[in-house]
Amino acid sequence: MVTGLRADLRNIAEEIPVGSRVLDLGCGDGVLLAWLRDQRGCEVRGVEVDESHVLEAVGRGVPVVRSDLDEGLWMFSDGMFDIVVLSQALQEVRRPAALLREILRVGDHALVSFPNFGHWGVRLYLLFRGRMPVSRHIPYSWHETPSIHHTTILDFDDLVDQVGGIVERDVYLRTTASGVTKRLTVLPHWRAQSVISYVGHRR
Amino acid sequence: MTATIVDEHEPQALANVAQRFMRADRPPHLVGAIELPGEIPLDSGETIGHVHVTYETWGTRSPDDDNVVLICHALTGDSHVADGPDRAAAAAVSDKAFPGGLVKATGPDTGDGGRGAFAGASVSGPPADTHVPGWWSGLVGPGNAIDTNTYFVVCMNVLGGCSGTTGPLSPDPRRTDDPTDPAAPEDRYGLDFPVVTVEDMVQVEARVLDQLGIGRVLAVVGGSLGGMQALVWAREYPERVASCIAVATTWLSTPQTIAFNEVGRQSIVGDPRFEDGRYAPDALPAHGLAVARMIGHITYLSDESMGHKFGRRLVGDELRYTFGKEFQVESYLDHQGYKFVERFDADSYLYITRAIDYYALGDSPEDVERVFTGTPVRFLLLSFTSDWLFPTKQLRETAGALCRAGAEVTFAEIEASSGHDAFLLETVKQGGYVRSFLRETRSRDRLVAMDPHSDGRDGADSRPSASSEGGEC
Repeated sequence: MVTGLRADLRNIAEEIPVGSRVLDLGCGDGVLLAWLRDQRGCEVRGVEVDESHVLEAVGRGVPVVRSDLDEGLWMFSDGMFDIVVLSQALQEVRRPAALLREILRVGDHALVSFPNFGHWGVRLYLLFRGRMPVSRHIPYSWHETPSIHHTTILDFDDLVDQVGGIVERDVYLRTTASGVTKRLTVLPHWRAQSVISYVGHRR
Repeated sequence: MTATIVDEHEPQALANVAQRFMRADRPPHLVGAIELPGEIPLDSGETIGHVHVTYETWGTRSPDDDNVVLICHALTGDSHVADGPDRAAAAAVSDKAFPGGLVKATGPDTGDGGRGAFAGASVSGPPADTHVPGWWSGLVGPGNAIDTNTYFVVCMNVLGGCSGTTGPLSPDPRRTDDPTDPAAPEDRYGLDFPVVTVEDMVQVEARVLDQLGIGRVLAVVGGSLGGMQALVWAREYPERVASCIAVATTWLSTPQTIAFNEVGRQSIVGDPRFEDGRYAPDALPAHGLAVARMIGHITYLSDESMGHKFGRRLVGDELRYTFGKEFQVESYLDHQGYKFVERFDADSYLYITRAIDYYALGDSPEDVERVFTGTPVRFLLLSFTSDWLFPTKQLRETAGALCRAGAEVTFAEIEASSGHDAFLLETVKQGGYVRSFLRETRSRDRLVAMDPHSDGRDGADSRPSASSEGGEC
């Protein structure tokens, strides 16, 4: 049972075993890593591009390298981590395939969470309105969104396959109007607003 | 209220005299001089004896002895990292506290504010509460990032320096039987002083800590050459430093750094007054040293900061079409150069820049990674965007090597326009990192100290499970 974490991080934290070596890419203020270190005995590292976030992470005693994910994971060597977390950042990098390759280079497994562009609301919005969807989950218009690479679950699976990985398991999430995040199993490709993919190496 | 005492609680050493300044509103500040016992082996293969080191401390050691912060200075710094009476003022208070002129031997006061320069004048009494600003007082002091109310700060002048520690200005024991006698030019080491390296400086610092009864420090901190020392500390004595804070520095001196240093040295040795390094106090190679400083100073600034500071502004009202000082930047450099001569020794400049040339943590980033593999030291590495002397790229390589070695590394590049000097000037942003890092390192270090097994990984082979919480829907 995970307590004391924001809902979006809680679902990721639940997937991480005690004592793992964890790398969080785009770790923000380091709150997830600090929690994993203190509550799960994990050995943690972070990468973050925003200077104020790096400073906050330092205030939590979390070691963070300030760097842009598009520059790759130059600071880590092969297989250093059990799990690499990429939370809601894949859609914002310039070259998602290159980053996924880098993640699988330094990590045994990856936990990648991303918004599902195949959600029924998105499909209907585009079908009936003929415009790029703007909603609670996709709050920016197309020309100013930091999410420059929207993907569906199927698209993501294809990319993982292309870079030599395999999706071992997905956690499908939807957030109710009252703000409660729930896991779902029925028609996830249509109903999930976001997905956490547990990615391993294809052996 | 200033009280002056000779500290009787210092550990036994051949000579360790210290003077403590107590003011109700400030943490205790101590100025000390120590003579290290024995001969010290150097990287060059030579040895050196009778090494005197001037050090200063601020604050109080905690009962758990977990709050010592060692600060290493840069090329032209000294032990006076934070505000307070400096060693010249200390010496003036009581000659008894520095018997035999330990301090004065290597650099009597010149009246330039008591920064311990080299000249013939004798010390004449600045009052004991003379407060000389520290060179990093924006970062170190009561309430600052390295808070002297919390931490016990130690800073010493480097081996080969000219601010109280044995260097080329010191009397050569082979030339005079009284090594405490202020050295006449013919009795000084001069260029007979052995060439020293950053490793030698660090070794001397470690020996001083031994003498002070300090086994392990919470952090070793420095910028530029000070950062090099901090990194060498982490490499040579990983069991003695919980953390290393290295700012505006690099893992090796590049050809560009060596080239700038060499031009500075050529300027000094080419000065007709250089006299093979045995110049008289009243005939210093001032021009050579000033030009060396001017070159150095340019590398500490940035194009942007020079543009902002001077532009093409003129000294006079209009162009005069002469080789006199036309532009303000020229008169600024001239001023900086000659001001430097009053507080620094030309021979020391040769030796310390040479130590910088030799500096390399390893032959390659891979070698650095190998050397540091498994290090228990935590690192905070900070670079500045406009620093082109030790650009971000170099500290980034350092950070990468240390990360790959498995170390806990925090690396950040800080936006700053003031070039290499940013490490001295931009103390607000820098201080934010340093303050948090020190606090967290101290609390985490305590946890490790309490639980010797806390390092071990749990070993539970629990794969991530699709556990559900919050209910499926």
